[in-house]
Amino acid sequence: MSDTTTLPFGKALNAGLRKALADDPRVLLMGEDIGPLGGVFRVTEGLQAEFGDRRVIDTPLAESGILGTAIGLAMAGFRPVCEIQFDGFVFPAFDQITSQLAKMTNRHEGVLSMPIVIRIPYGGHIGAVEHHQESPETYFTHTPGLRVVSPSTANDAYWMIQEAIASNDPVVFLEPKSRYWHKGEVDLEASALPLHASRIVRRGTDVTLVGHGAMVSVLLQAAALAESEGTSCEVVDVRSLSPIDYGPVLESVRRTGRMVYAQEAPGFVSVGSEVAATVAEKAFYALEAPVIRVSGFDTPFPPAKLEGVYLPDPDRILEAVDRSLAY
Amino acid sequence: MTPLDDVAPPADPEIISVLAADGSYAPTPSAEPFLPLVEALTETDLETFYRDMVTSRAFDRQATNLQRQGQLALWPPSFGQEAAQVGSIRAARPQDHIFPSYREHIVATIRGVDPVGIIRLMRGVSHGGWNPLDPANGNTRLYTLVLGSQTLHATGYGMGLVFDGRTGTGDPERDEAVIVYYGDGASSQGDVHEAMVFAASYRTPQVFFLQNNQWAISVPVAVQSRTALSRRGYGYGMPSHRIDGNDVLISYAVTRHALEAARAGEGPSAIEAVTYRRGAHTTSDDPTKYRTGSEEEGWALRDPIARLRTYLEGRGASAAFFDEVDEGAAAHADDVRTRAVTLTAPEAPSMFAHVYTDDHPLMAEQARWLADYEASLDGGDA
Repeated sequence: MSDTTTLPFGKALNAGLRKALADDPRVLLMGEDIGPLGGVFRVTEGLQAEFGDRRVIDTPLAESGILGTAIGLAMAGFRPVCEIQFDGFVFPAFDQITSQLAKMTNRHEGVLSMPIVIRIPYGGHIGAVEHHQESPETYFTHTPGLRVVSPSTANDAYWMIQEAIASNDPVVFLEPKSRYWHKGEVDLEASALPLHASRIVRRGTDVTLVGHGAMVSVLLQAAALAESEGTSCEVVDVRSLSPIDYGPVLESVRRTGRMVYAQEAPGFVSVGSEVAATVAEKAFYALEAPVIRVSGFDTPFPPAKLEGVYLPDPDRILEAVDRSLAY
Repeated sequence: MTPLDDVAPPADPEIISVLAADGSYAPTPSAEPFLPLVEALTETDLETFYRDMVTSRAFDRQATNLQRQGQLALWPPSFGQEAAQVGSIRAARPQDHIFPSYREHIVATIRGVDPVGIIRLMRGVSHGGWNPLDPANGNTRLYTLVLGSQTLHATGYGMGLVFDGRTGTGDPERDEAVIVYYGDGASSQGDVHEAMVFAASYRTPQVFFLQNNQWAISVPVAVQSRTALSRRGYGYGMPSHRIDGNDVLISYAVTRHALEAARAGEGPSAIEAVTYRRGAHTTSDDPTKYRTGSEEEGWALRDPIARLRTYLEGRGASAAFFDEVDEGAAAHADDVRTRAVTLTAPEAPSMFAHVYTDDHPLMAEQARWLADYEASLDGGDA
């Protein structure tokens, strides 16, 4: 009998971090307000009390400083897990992530690994102010040397954070913040999938809906609505944005012949664009319609009162499904 | 006039030195606490300092020539900064960790890095050049070309030393410290400031060694700071010293003092070595566009090698010694040339080899594609 429990996504992350800290004394957490406060989303709650202030470190308020010192700590043999407080606050660390961290193993010709995880709460749906609702994944997926993942369920949160920490490469770990409070079953014994695997989360026959992070639950809502109207949608959670596991995506598209990719990030030069291009290249003869992308608009994330218009919702996804079926 | 125009910066601290520009032993009053360290230096130590400086200058000139002859993509000369680098790095102990910027050829070489390793970087053969984990390289980390980024890596490393109890135990033979090099231009980078904040907060065993060579490419130091750069350290709560960077003795003594304090658990400190970049910023630069010949001549009179030579002559060093140093330096530079020009491009598949440590499907796929593509071209030629 497997050992399972029901946890909110945020608590599952907390449990995964606790496990990683307990399993490997070289793992450190560092970030702003992650100690006694437990982080602004409480993801690290209780961990400093349990592991001490040299394992769970409240840093000065400086993102480049967090990432730059994490690189030095990794050079000294630690496995730092950095928390960036909100998506829009990662950019002061951009040089340290993209020019320093991402290239460090390459410029060392392989003799040095950089096992650093960068946790970033990202995405909208929480009605927050400017810089608190963004989806910056494309900057990192476009950077060789980084891995980028985004769990969408509590079980994935629990396992993927541990797998990311075990990775010997830097991993940008994007936490869909609107999912923090959603409960899910967590299998405490075994991970169902490796870190970089995509997964079919709903079976269907007419159209393949693909997405990541918080958008997966929106796709599932859309699929349920579509079913009531007689359209059978398959849903794929890519989970890993770099590298992308195309196996399940291509397998699904070859069966359905149609695909819609949905994401919160602006669409121009995005993960959805990349998946669309690759699917067109690798499954061309299976496609009955062009791959259609549903994205945030190519504008700054709007004021919160407009986020419902900006973020893809089930209706916009169904509109794309209709367009696909019209071919 | 705004109210702020009334605020004059406080007077700059005195520049600490023991060897005057003319080579005479003339310690400034502020040098007093460091004199025991200077006086403990043996004749052999002094000769080593001199040999280091002459050898590195010959190498630097050779590398500049190699670039002019199309053998290197770029060369950032260390010409003029020999005393700052020799003194500070000779003050480090074997167990210390060195984080250079990209002009620390002298530092790297003294720690054991083969100068041809530096050439590999500047010739476009590698983005690294040497293996910092190889004990032969004296814990010398790779160059960092984005200004100031390495100060944070050094601070993080220092935090690691503290967390692991590898410093501050009271055993100077074992306790480890970190020295990070940067310049007057880099001092304006936010990363340097963040590194000082983190260093002070976690009391890292660290020396921030700033070579103020007066110019950030074409912009004078006055644009980076209205006040002596050494004064910034105090703002972060760390001791700071402003030294004559062309005086190898004070560079050695003050850095030694700072590193020993760091390894003893007294936390980070900062040193501003006031020196001069006698050469161009890099071989792509043209200093005649922004500075005067008379300025360069003024600094030539304060050259670090000439003054140590005068000092050594006064102490009775023989002409044979100076001849032998010159010959050794010339042979060293020749050897570098011989080996540098034979460095060939790496194999193309190496591009994919070390982007990640763990397996990565895209790297495998693209390496395979390139191999097939190149094979198809070979087939076309046949």
